[in-house]
Amino acid sequence: MLTVENTTTWLVTFTDKITQQTAYLSELDQAIGDGDHGSNMARGTTAMKAKLENTAFTSVSELFKVAAMTLISTVGGASGPLYGSAFLAMSKQAEASTEDVPAIIKAGLEGIQKRGKAERGEKTMVDVWAAALDALDTNTLTHHTIEEAVHETKHIQATKGRAAYLADRSVGHLDPGAVSTGYLFEAMLEGDIIQ
Amino acid sequence: MKKIMNQPKDVLNDMLEGFCYTHEDLVSRINDTGVICRKFVDQGKVALVSGGGSGHEPSHAGYVGQGMLSAAVCGEVFTSPTPDQILEAIKQADQGAGVLLIVKNYTGDIMNFEMAQELAEMEGISVEHIVVNDDISLEPRQKSDRRGVAGTVFVHKILGAAAENGATLSQLKNMGNDIVTHMATLGVSLLPATVPEVGKPGFDLAEDELEFGIGIHGEPGYRREQLKPSKGIAQELVSQLKSELQWEKGEHIAVLVNGLGATPLMEQFIFMNDVQSMLQEEALVVDYKKVGNYMTAIDMAGVSLTILRLADADWKTYLQHPVQTPAPF
Ligand SMILES: Nc1ncnc2c1ncn2[C@@H]1O[C@H](COP(=O)(O)OP(=O)(O)OP(=O)(O)O)[C@@H](O)[C@H]1O
Ligand SMILES: [Mg+2]
Repeated sequence: MLTVENTTTWLVTFTDKITQQTAYLSELDQAIGDGDHGSNMARGTTAMKAKLENTAFTSVSELFKVAAMTLISTVGGASGPLYGSAFLAMSKQAEASTEDVPAIIKAGLEGIQKRGKAERGEKTMVDVWAAALDALDTNTLTHHTIEEAVHETKHIQATKGRAAYLADRSVGHLDPGAVSTGYLFEAMLEGDIIQ
Repeated sequence: MKKIMNQPKDVLNDMLEGFCYTHEDLVSRINDTGVICRKFVDQGKVALVSGGGSGHEPSHAGYVGQGMLSAAVCGEVFTSPTPDQILEAIKQADQGAGVLLIVKNYTGDIMNFEMAQELAEMEGISVEHIVVNDDISLEPRQKSDRRGVAGTVFVHKILGAAAENGATLSQLKNMGNDIVTHMATLGVSLLPATVPEVGKPGFDLAEDELEFGIGIHGEPGYRREQLKPSKGIAQELVSQLKSELQWEKGEHIAVLVNGLGATPLMEQFIFMNDVQSMLQEEALVVDYKKVGNYMTAIDMAGVSLTILRLADADWKTYLQHPVQTPAPF
């Protein structure tokens, strides 16, 4: 179940992971994109963290909405509207229920797919969102399953986003958005969200 | 990295401040945003708004002014601007006849501009967008993935004049789409660009190598070769553009030789000279021609060549229409 407290902790932990790995994320993006994923995400999550820590939320839905709007207005690039759309959809779902965590993640994934039109297997963040959702549904979300899903993107040829420009040369590299999404789910594991 | 700057993260802000100070008679900045608006007001006319990541100066803010864009939204270096800022630009630009967004074909730009369009429509503003994808580099192979590059400035110029002339939103949208299908661009890079926040060149290219088809953010091209004389480069670019555009003898065209940032005008004119002799061999009639830095890639060395088939006689008139913008056109 999500509460204002554990959701705040979750997203703050996510921010800290992004901040620690900013250079690494940009390095990954430099290999198959334009090298800005780390700075985009660091700029956005830092702004989000500041907002979360300075606002008294009365609901998880409201919290996700503020997180979404902050990311949308600060990240830029492709990942801004994607994470933003995810959190907006999660905000809507959290309005209905905060008990069913998989349903909230499912809504997030649908938000991303509506915006970016990527299917699973196109070497994007969708791959990790989808794998995490599968794992949540079967109660098997662990650091290992997350790492596996992230690692899987290495073998895929990109057909969406900037990495698609590289065609078969994108194979052999991790997708930066998949890696940042990995941090999101690791941060979730580290909170007391799922038992 | 050797750049005239302060903190890498302040590059966008510091540049926009200097830009607006220099051109304060023509443009102003919406506080705390990357939105540059023209001071000239054209009531009842459709407003054009463009933008994208920064690093392509003078695009796009340099083309804000009478006869061209109403506003430009400047994102971080090589990063799409955010929907809230694009929305601000739309709201500021709208003069009651609607707003046309001119977007270059990149995933980030498309998603951010589409989100802004949805937000503006919720506020009751009529908004349409067109996507420019003039880069015919053989990678990517799928036409829908083709990037928007220097030809975008021809779209700004033609549609800007048409808008001033009173064209409606749907007319401008159709005209924009029509221009895009008659236009192609191809670039060549000699040296990579360095994004300030990254601090090192975006790719490696040997001292004696060039690469055809590299994008304006350093997206990979389609072929690396030994450095060759300007004539040889012109030959490759013109023949690729020819196979794409399938022009006929006697056709009227517009030509743009665009410097990518670190290539001096001297080399750009040398290149234009070789291009013109090839176009002459093709028996094309060049009605409009430009050489210079229009859509750069920070400090990338190289040029791009854009050819627009003047399928509609108005396009030539509109291209020649005088404008008042920070960057000359
Ligand atoms: N259509 C899409 N659907 C889902 N995810 C996508 C899509 N396109 C890109 N991505 C994700 O976005 C990540 C890249 O985000 P980043 O912040 O680097 O934006 P960008 O593509 O560089 O944008 P810009 O071109 O504006 O700089 C990729 O690693 C990928 O996971
Ligand atoms: Mg990127």
